[in-house]
Amino acid sequence: MSGGWITTKLNYVIGWGRKFSLFHYPFITACCGMEYMSTACAHWDFDRFGCGLTTFSPRQADLIMVVGTISQKEAPVLKTIYDQMCEPKWVLAVGACTLSGGIYDNYAVVQGIDNIIPVDVYVPGCPPRPETFLDAIVKLQEKIQNQEQEFRWKRRK
Amino acid sequence: MEKKKITEILKEKFPEEIKEISALLGDETVIIEREFLQDLCVYLMKTPHSFTMLLDLTCVDYIRDEMRFEMVYHLFSLASNDRLRIKIRLSEKDLRIDSLTPLWKNANWLEREVYDMFGVHFEGHPYLVRLFMYDGFEGHPLRKDYPLRKRQPIIPMRRKE
Repeated sequence: MSGGWITTKLNYVIGWGRKFSLFHYPFITACCGMEYMSTACAHWDFDRFGCGLTTFSPRQADLIMVVGTISQKEAPVLKTIYDQMCEPKWVLAVGACTLSGGIYDNYAVVQGIDNIIPVDVYVPGCPPRPETFLDAIVKLQEKIQNQEQEFRWKRRK
Repeated sequence: MEKKKITEILKEKFPEEIKEISALLGDETVIIEREFLQDLCVYLMKTPHSFTMLLDLTCVDYIRDEMRFEMVYHLFSLASNDRLRIKIRLSEKDLRIDSLTPLWKNANWLEREVYDMFGVHFEGHPYLVRLFMYDGFEGHPLRKDYPLRKRQPIIPMRRKE
């Protein structure tokens, strides 16, 4: 039995564990938060996908959901919160304003949060429907499952 | 008998100071010089006209005019349910006007907003610093000559892969 098989299976198992235990930190600044709330509550209920636990400390979160307009004044706050999160971490950007500034093409608004932090899944819409939100979570889970997993004792190449 | 309009009363009382009055669909407006602003507001506030509320205070940038900025004050009378608008033209070179914070406390933040967005200096304001934009922001973003696509980020923008 080769070492490659164990590594692949370990990678798979860690990915499986991680994708169903996403603790998320809601960074909610604007009206897309309404869609977040309905997605989080009983009607659509994203706890079905294993990301129901909301943590209000970035240090305990795996996933940050950036929901709403990010102004230039707020950009350092978002960057700090992202830096405070422990690895591994993922970013979900929700809504047109977060992705590209949306209708706010002006002096005050960051034109897309990928100018500040790396984004894993983009959820377009103004605001996105809860179904879009759920679809994004499933897409993120696929990404987590298939990516190369990082962990503490991993041998570096 | 129909009630006399507040603009006409003011025009009779201060024929020199009030340059122009207008009324369109219930929007009574007086146009005055900036030196007369505080006296007029004290008069409107203390007399039985009772314009005791400052609803809003803002500025408009008419970039092509010589007297470029126009201050607009909206007053409301609780006694007579009247609204009054006061307009004052200011030139860009001499962008100063008396603060109304001694009369109305809510003028404090409104004037800070106008200072932030247009750069109008309010004399006698207790704490005239930017209200919305951050420290280090240059220029006044609601002026018409502020570049449309000019961004002043606080933290450096990362390079996208």
